[in-house]
Amino acid sequence: MNRPDAIVVGGGHNGLACAGYLARGGMKVLVLEAEGRLGGMARTVELGEGFRIPEIAHLLHLLHPRVESELRLAQHGLALAAADLPTVALEPGRQPLLLSSDPAAAEGLAVADRESWRALRDRLVRFASALEPFRGEPPPRLGSSASRADLTRLARMGWAIRSLGREEMRELLRIIASNVADLVEDEISDPLLQGAIAFDAVLGTGFGPRAPGTVLTLLYRLAGSVAGRPGALALPKGGMGRVADAIGKAAEAAGAQLRLNARVERVLVEDGRAAGVALEGDERLDAPIVVSNLDPKRTFFDLVGPAHLDTGFLRRIANFRARGTTAKLNLALDGLPEASGIERRHLMGRIVIAPTVVMLERAADAIKYKRHSEQPAIEAVIPSLHDPDLAPPGKHVLSAIVQYAPPELAGGWNEPARQHFADLALSQLDAALPGLKSLVRARQLLLPQDIARMSGASGGHWHHGELAIDQMLMLRPAPGAQQYATPIEGLYLCGAGCHPGGGVMGAAGMNAARRILAGEGRA
Amino acid sequence: MIEREHFRWPLLPTPFTARIEAANPRRSWMGWAGHLSPATLDNVEQEYFAIRNQATLFDISPLHKYRIKGPEAEAFCNRLVTRDVRKLAPGRVSYVLWCDDRGKVIDDGTLFRLAADEFRLCAQERHLLWLQDSALGFEVRIEDVSEEVAGLALQGPTSCAVLKTMGLASVEMLKPFAIAEFPFEGAGLAVSRTGFTGDLGYELWLRPEAALRLWDRLTEAGRFLGLRPIGWHAVEIARIEAGFLLVGIDYLPADHVLRANRARSPFELGFEKLVDFGKGHFNGRNALLEERAQGGGRWRVVGLDVAGNKPAAHALLYTGRSREIGQVTSAVWSPTAKKNLAIASIERGFADGRRPIWADIYVQKELKWSRSEAPCRIVERPFWNPPRRWAVPAGDR
Repeated sequence: MNRPDAIVVGGGHNGLACAGYLARGGMKVLVLEAEGRLGGMARTVELGEGFRIPEIAHLLHLLHPRVESELRLAQHGLALAAADLPTVALEPGRQPLLLSSDPAAAEGLAVADRESWRALRDRLVRFASALEPFRGEPPPRLGSSASRADLTRLARMGWAIRSLGREEMRELLRIIASNVADLVEDEISDPLLQGAIAFDAVLGTGFGPRAPGTVLTLLYRLAGSVAGRPGALALPKGGMGRVADAIGKAAEAAGAQLRLNARVERVLVEDGRAAGVALEGDERLDAPIVVSNLDPKRTFFDLVGPAHLDTGFLRRIANFRARGTTAKLNLALDGLPEASGIERRHLMGRIVIAPTVVMLERAADAIKYKRHSEQPAIEAVIPSLHDPDLAPPGKHVLSAIVQYAPPELAGGWNEPARQHFADLALSQLDAALPGLKSLVRARQLLLPQDIARMSGASGGHWHHGELAIDQMLMLRPAPGAQQYATPIEGLYLCGAGCHPGGGVMGAAGMNAARRILAGEGRA
Repeated sequence: MIEREHFRWPLLPTPFTARIEAANPRRSWMGWAGHLSPATLDNVEQEYFAIRNQATLFDISPLHKYRIKGPEAEAFCNRLVTRDVRKLAPGRVSYVLWCDDRGKVIDDGTLFRLAADEFRLCAQERHLLWLQDSALGFEVRIEDVSEEVAGLALQGPTSCAVLKTMGLASVEMLKPFAIAEFPFEGAGLAVSRTGFTGDLGYELWLRPEAALRLWDRLTEAGRFLGLRPIGWHAVEIARIEAGFLLVGIDYLPADHVLRANRARSPFELGFEKLVDFGKGHFNGRNALLEERAQGGGRWRVVGLDVAGNKPAAHALLYTGRSREIGQVTSAVWSPTAKKNLAIASIERGFADGRRPIWADIYVQKELKWSRSEAPCRIVERPFWNPPRRWAVPAGDR
């Protein structure tokens, strides 16, 4: 390709989505991926011979429907192995609690809670749906830099909340900044259900259920939908890597060029404008537009460098909270655990081990003192039950998200500490699924620092930065870069560090591309 | 380290306080950056005329001093300030200002290049936090060395002679804004030809332990050269004559103002020559480019020659019958220029001086206030700029 119109740094799903949209908009786009394969945090990897497992992200539930339809991902190989995974909350010695996206179909609940669960779930989904449309557009700027479009968006946002009706709006505004523990304790009496709901609010974050703002993160999670079903969870066929692959193929089909093993060392800035990138090994590529799929800290501190940016802006970027505390445990299994009361359909769901709000809060509390949780909270899926190609016949892979593990453990993460934490997580799983331990033939523990190293995301945070009220919308990642454009003309962000944030969503990439194509220039 | 009893001493002594105390029988002190600083030692006129005709000592130890050291010290400074620091050779001093992201001036000060990889920044206000935040991503170390370095201003036409008498060989060859190191009592003494009086003068920097010996040696050397200690009020007259702006008086630090429109850009302060857009990025560059494209801010700092002899301190400025256009921030009757001088901020549109400007001056005479409307003329700064200030070799007799 002769000189591209735009270079996208990083072939994660957002970078690829951005490249796809830019190419569709008529630009010559080059995507540079440092690793030998695409996908960033959405990859499928081998775990021993014949076993393939989603390396980091493992559920698809936030993918923006416009990205899916406009980039025609189905044509490019995206298919679902399961479209509406139920959540199965486990507690040793108790019948599993099975919750699907239809709250009326819940199993294992006492009569009293059945109705309150339905009411709560319906209400939360209604709130989430009211806020959902704002995922698909840039957040409005405030203050003197606000344009008419910004003010219109802000007004629409207000209207979306207002049009819930007077009572509902009041309820939304009452709970939106509060904590999920208060919410579930007010509405639900079953501790296992309380724990399962609260878990969804803190999954992937560094918060405990009593932290303010965790209702908002719960709504964020529920804003997704699968096949029009809000809050549903899906497993892509072939593992999460297929999602990124499909977006990559869509981008290529639109004319974008993808280049692997091309590690960008610096974004070249000339006279305050992006001029291209410098690759490892002294190669220089020129382009008037550079889009970074990397997190804001990596982008501004490492790729651009402080000499090209103002102190106040960089201070905000430095203070962007991006400390990952979520670990990943990947297991290759010789078979399925067989325990009384646990049926195959339970194992086919999304297994949640967070039996009470208190347990979850304790697990989160540990990270304040540089300790890992003694009783980690876990979300596990066995994708090979839906997609037999992922493991040899009769064998399975189990993918588990394990919270909480601070990167800066007191005493350091030496090998015994890693093994100990993996053992703790495995014991939690084994207590809920008796017999699991003896089936493990290979295991892989990824701590936040491993995720940081593998994906390049500072701090190893799953969302490139904490999802909190002060890091959302026009505050994500920081004023001065809140609409994908940055203080450097021609340099844009398109990763999860931007609105609307992380999860395999693609919306940040889509929004960034639209902003670039609109040609509004510097932030 | 802050001591437990620090609240008992709201103003701390400096390394020179013991000697200044002896010269200050009226106990006329003021606070400067948390330190004791003399206001008037005996008579402000006598002290002022010593600046212009003899030599004077003024303790500048309370200045905030920051050491900036490391392989990327130059790149750090170049991003911090608006001038091109790459052009500043080791052994030279530059008058610099630095801005926030909005292009508003945080402070001005002197930047000493002590070595290729070491600078010292001297400023009126505290900036450790801003400097450390600015150092994010640079291989550079910022330290507050205010307590480690004692500073003494030796200013006046016989100042060079005092130093030569004290034994500093060839000090007369030191150029304005240059630094030289001299051996002194077994330690080093750094001499920079800089100052705040607009006259021939030096600033002397050394370890606090040697401060009193320096004072004594200078006093001895200056016995027949009219050397005397002075207080702040005399310095202030000389400062206004020299046309220097003082942060906190003529403009406010951008990180202190509560009302965003009270901060000033370099253009508004008349410092456009100190802004180098060709050197690459620096703090506030984007905002300043934008401001320049729109004319360069709302305000202009100007020097005024005010009719009459009543200083126009804090006077509002008008044009026509009653159109208010700005206000005076510093004013003094200049004994040397024999003029009534003022430094003022006025709206940009009136800074060309084509419209008549008058100051509304209130004066109290024996408990009775009277008011005068004094015509003002915009004049160039410095108001007074003697050739001896720049001469090399410096006058040494």
